[in-house]
Amino acid sequence: MTDVDPRIDSPGREGLTGTARSSVYEPVAVGERISIPPDGRPESAQPAWRGDFPIDWPADHYVARRDFTRFLVLTSLAFTVGQWWIAFQQWWRERRGRPPLKRIAALSDLTPGAVLVFSYPGENDPCFLVRQRDGGLLAYGQKCTHLSCAVIPDPEQGLIRCPCHEGLFDLGSGRPLAGPPPRPLPRVVLEVRGGEVYATGIEERTV
Amino acid sequence: MAAPARGFTREQRTTIVYGILGFVVVLVVLQLWLLTATMNAFLGGDSAVVWPAGLASTACLALNAGLLLYLRRLEQAAARASTR
Repeated sequence: MTDVDPRIDSPGREGLTGTARSSVYEPVAVGERISIPPDGRPESAQPAWRGDFPIDWPADHYVARRDFTRFLVLTSLAFTVGQWWIAFQQWWRERRGRPPLKRIAALSDLTPGAVLVFSYPGENDPCFLVRQRDGGLLAYGQKCTHLSCAVIPDPEQGLIRCPCHEGLFDLGSGRPLAGPPPRPLPRVVLEVRGGEVYATGIEERTV
Repeated sequence: MAAPARGFTREQRTTIVYGILGFVVVLVVLQLWLLTATMNAFLGGDSAVVWPAGLASTACLALNAGLLLYLRRLEQAAARASTR
């Protein structure tokens, strides 16, 4: 190596920045091999990692597509885990059973057009109740079905608005009218007993 | 499916990996669609699709893993052939 001119593109080491002669990397085209590894040993004697970082383009094309396939199979595993996570949540929901009966308010406290916010069935499940002008009662979950922002009822216009992304729901049915929400708001089933308003269940819907 | 004892050439294996990649891409897109549709149904209170979708997704995963295993066997056969 002492007789090698260290300057780049000097005769014998064109394009190289190290101290090896360019002839070390000369194409040999033996079988499937085009280049020989720097240590000159046969392919079978090379460490395993060299197979994943090939020198030649055809080998690199193969490795790149094989590794992308591996990554996609890993993605497939992640999707399957997600699918079974939903199944577990479904099992848990069935196990919990129906939500309990809960008193919301006295009917006499709800004037026509009034809106009352309450939690049902859990403390972290905000809902709202609307007393309509005709005396009817409506109650929905307050989390927007898009990204769970708190929706705001507008009894005067018969609408429910989501301020985050301009989602719009129909107050009478809870169904989405405009914007990104994909599903209706969950409806809280109400019952009036002896002048008291009770929540007795949640009705989730896809359409 | 058994790999040939003599092993495929790299060019042949590249063609095979392209075919397998095509299958895997289609199956993964199908799984993504299944996951979003199931999530929407679950959040809407519809439980009918949850278990069948879980089984379908598992079948897709099994198919993908089988294809990857086949690719691994091809490589092993090629490595054995090159050491002979």
